[in-house]
Amino acid sequence: MEWETVIGLEVHTQLLTRSKAFSAAATKYGAEPNTQACAVDIALPGVLPVFNREAAHMAVKFGLAIGAQINHRSVFARKNYFYPDLPKGYQISQYELPIVAKGHITIDVDGSEKVIGITRAHLEEDAGKSLHEDFHGMTGIDLNRAGTPLLEIVSEPDMRSSKEAVAYLKKLHELVRYLEICDGNMQEGSFRCDANVSVRPFGEKKFGTRAELKNINSFRFVEKAIEFEVERQIELLEGGGKVVQETRLYDSDKNATRSMRSKEEAMDYRYFPDPDLPPLVLDDAFIADVKKTLPELPDVKRARFIKQYSLNAYDASVLTSSREMADYYEQVLCESGADPKIAANWITVEMSAFLNRDNRDIATSPVTARMMSSLLKRLADNTISGKIAKEVFEAMWNGEGDADAVIQKKGLKQITDGAAIEKVIDAVIAKNPKQLEQYRAGKEALFGYFVGQVMKASQGKANPGQVNELLKNKLKP
Amino acid sequence: MFEKTVAELSRALGRKEFSSAELTTVFLERISRYQNLNAFITVDPERSLAQAKAADVRIARGEGGALTGIPVAQKDIFCADGWLTTCGSKILSNFTAPYDATVIDKLNRAGAVCLGKTNMDEFAMGSSNETSYYGVVKNPWNPETVPGGSSGGSAAAVAARLAPAATGTDTGGSIRQPAALTGLSGLKPSYGRVSRYGMIAFASSLDQGGPLCRTAEDCAWLLNAMAGFDARDSTSVDAPVPDYTKTLDQKIEGLRIGLPKEYFGEGLNPEIAQVIQAAIGEFKQLGAQVLEVSLPNSQLAIPCYYVLAPAEASSNLSRYDGARYGFRASDYKDLLDMYCKTRAEGFGPEVKRRIMIGTYALSAGYYDAYYLKAQQLRRLIAEDFRRAFEVCDVIMGPTSPSTAFKIGEKTDDPVAMYLNDIYTVPINLAGLPGMSVPAGFDARGLPIGLQLIGKYFDEARLLNVAHRYQQVTDWHQRTPKGFS
Amino acid sequence: MSLDREQVRKMAHLARLTITEQEAASYAETLSRILVLIEQMNAVDTTGVAPMAHPNESGLRLREDTVTEPNLREKFQKIAPSVEAGLYLVPKVIE
Repeated sequence: MEWETVIGLEVHTQLLTRSKAFSAAATKYGAEPNTQACAVDIALPGVLPVFNREAAHMAVKFGLAIGAQINHRSVFARKNYFYPDLPKGYQISQYELPIVAKGHITIDVDGSEKVIGITRAHLEEDAGKSLHEDFHGMTGIDLNRAGTPLLEIVSEPDMRSSKEAVAYLKKLHELVRYLEICDGNMQEGSFRCDANVSVRPFGEKKFGTRAELKNINSFRFVEKAIEFEVERQIELLEGGGKVVQETRLYDSDKNATRSMRSKEEAMDYRYFPDPDLPPLVLDDAFIADVKKTLPELPDVKRARFIKQYSLNAYDASVLTSSREMADYYEQVLCESGADPKIAANWITVEMSAFLNRDNRDIATSPVTARMMSSLLKRLADNTISGKIAKEVFEAMWNGEGDADAVIQKKGLKQITDGAAIEKVIDAVIAKNPKQLEQYRAGKEALFGYFVGQVMKASQGKANPGQVNELLKNKLKP
Repeated sequence: MFEKTVAELSRALGRKEFSSAELTTVFLERISRYQNLNAFITVDPERSLAQAKAADVRIARGEGGALTGIPVAQKDIFCADGWLTTCGSKILSNFTAPYDATVIDKLNRAGAVCLGKTNMDEFAMGSSNETSYYGVVKNPWNPETVPGGSSGGSAAAVAARLAPAATGTDTGGSIRQPAALTGLSGLKPSYGRVSRYGMIAFASSLDQGGPLCRTAEDCAWLLNAMAGFDARDSTSVDAPVPDYTKTLDQKIEGLRIGLPKEYFGEGLNPEIAQVIQAAIGEFKQLGAQVLEVSLPNSQLAIPCYYVLAPAEASSNLSRYDGARYGFRASDYKDLLDMYCKTRAEGFGPEVKRRIMIGTYALSAGYYDAYYLKAQQLRRLIAEDFRRAFEVCDVIMGPTSPSTAFKIGEKTDDPVAMYLNDIYTVPINLAGLPGMSVPAGFDARGLPIGLQLIGKYFDEARLLNVAHRYQQVTDWHQRTPKGFS
Repeated sequence: MSLDREQVRKMAHLARLTITEQEAASYAETLSRILVLIEQMNAVDTTGVAPMAHPNESGLRLREDTVTEPNLREKFQKIAPSVEAGLYLVPKVIE
């Protein structure tokens, strides 16, 4: 039988606020345990939550970016369950009335576009962390993360393959970073994904029973976990078995999923409106203020780059993969006045290769936009050739200064003086009488050999165009 | 000294007739002498006296305010930095609060002296003070009877002149009912008037802190210090605090008093009905008009309250899990076992009962029938008051259907106990200010309270009306036998 | 509606309260009586009535995003039942 995969994703994004959702403790990652857990975060008797304006601002920003309706009135509810990383015994979350209602995101898989629906996005608080290293058979609880604001983004079950799921996730990742509402750091857990996966026979309208996959914290694992789970479910169904609705944990070491708890033992969370927090009411002015802070969104930027700079789709998508990258590109264009296509090539090819090699991103590139501009300027005014430019780039990468400094220091300035080039050509011809004879006898392929020799003799500095022209004349019988 | 009201003590301290340290010592000695009342859970004379001496310095420098140097007993529901704060429970029996509740902080800044932490029903769940892990509190008017609850320790302390004033909290009547049963003036302010930060939560949408004093005037003095906006409490209302003492003497001629017919029906002890009618008569003498109003949904306030309050409590009390502070069971085999034993051993039977009822009301499949239904009823009850206040300025009636009952009389019957709050609970549901003032005695010599209910944020009017009444009556000046 | 022992045990588990068989029986009895009281609510038709969650129904006040809480770990952990290396210790959590 042919099976169709159905996937919906729930993504938890940690919002980039300075302080927590409901307390004025810091949210900085990596602090000493419990040094950023204030009275509210450790749930001392009598403490009360007060909500962070910036978290509401960020949630609305996201909602506007996905074309969603913003609920002017949303309600914080308590989700009740006992767990040591949940100090109050309940999580403050939004249940019936989330801040962001239906929206959508467009993904691109193998060249074709697909719209993925977003059911809702709601505000909630993060839990602390349980550290399972052995404290004499005990677990250690660090509540620094407790109370960090999260925006949980829930998609419709619109994805039909692990590839689509990854494309959606990457698109979301790009978007939240563009919006500067989340740093997207998956290792540190600021961008986390749960996947609801089910399969059904092709043509079937009803959804199959789904499993919820937890703990998938990289794009690669999302793909692998879903693929493993799909295989497992198909195998189970084809063997005459049934999929049970349950939560499964993805184990990246084993590349397998295992059952955590089934629906039979499902928790009864006893949601109810938090009596400590009146409804979150946002007026039009608040939403209008947020709108003003919306940056140009990736899709719009991509289309503009293609149109305005005559870029191909690939270059445009690399150059808009992050806001920093796009800003870098446009700064280079602005400062260097270079041809957009040439500037694009330098960034997508040369720069990308170095970034990948050293595992850096554009924001921490040793070659700043200003340095890149200096390089492109010297390339445009023929001070250096394309080949030399690569050498200059590497020197800049290694911290030897901007293009002019490197060219000066290393004496890489291109030779454009015709007389000087002729002198080199004459010397090369004199050294290669045999080749000259063959060339003149009709072996024109040797022309390239002469060019190479001239360039070598000039240490690559001779202007290649001039070399070609002068050489042709000199080689004539 | 101990017979003086807060207002009198404040004037005397200002005139340096005695020092706060002397005054505090007098009360500390009385607390120690009348330990059998069990009004206090914690006293710490050293700490209190240090505060008193600091107050004396302020007074000497002429920097004292109205409450500087006045000893105030604090209900053990308020977290006070460095003080054992138990909330009447075993589960917090070792909890030394590491911070000050806003109410405590405000009173500290005003220069009040913390006289100790008073006994209370466990987590304020009770109407008789019998659910306290620290034992029952005796009513100074008759030690065989209860002082009411949950602020029973505070009430007994002020009634027995162990403190000139005390703080309390009122979720369903916990200030007004004990005030009535011990012959005191007690005020539950409007929801949002006094910060709940640091006041250990029972039912968050109902809880409100307020003063228990001998007179309405003293309540005004205390409320001046306790009320006000607090950025740490999202339900605190950002409205200016008037000087409640300024309007105490205003004439009440033409005041429209509404008497809800539902408050005078069956179930009300005839002796109490008579006393309330006599009090109404006094108000007529003072020029007030009396008219009948109706609060038709009032009789459903108790069922409604016993869904909402336990539901909120079941969630509010989840933090007591033995992980970060408080009591932890000594013997457990795993995490679940630690949770279950800590909570089973740490909470008393009434608290557990309410946690279970609340859990049930919120659980899957029952939410709509119980919780949502109760929230709808709550609106109807609030609407009743809104309509009644279209024709009157203050509503009056009994505070409690009976006077102080015998210790142990109702402990086996929670439903009978819950019905004690029948006249007080609707006010919490509506979020309105309510007060109880002494209005007479029953045949056994036990005090009877008159309840005054005001419009939202109309505390000044309640205090004014109560004060005028106290200028023409002397019920509030009676001292229980053996304590003068 | 009355509560049976099984339901009582379920509530006790949700609320993390150990109860004995005897307690379950006694809770079933008293809680059922309380439910009878509660169910008096059904006397009123509340169809179409908006639920009231707070006495004061104005919107949530928002806090500015600033860090003002100092590190008070030492003070807070002084009253904790079990700590080590700045962490609160609890019996092993098994996922």
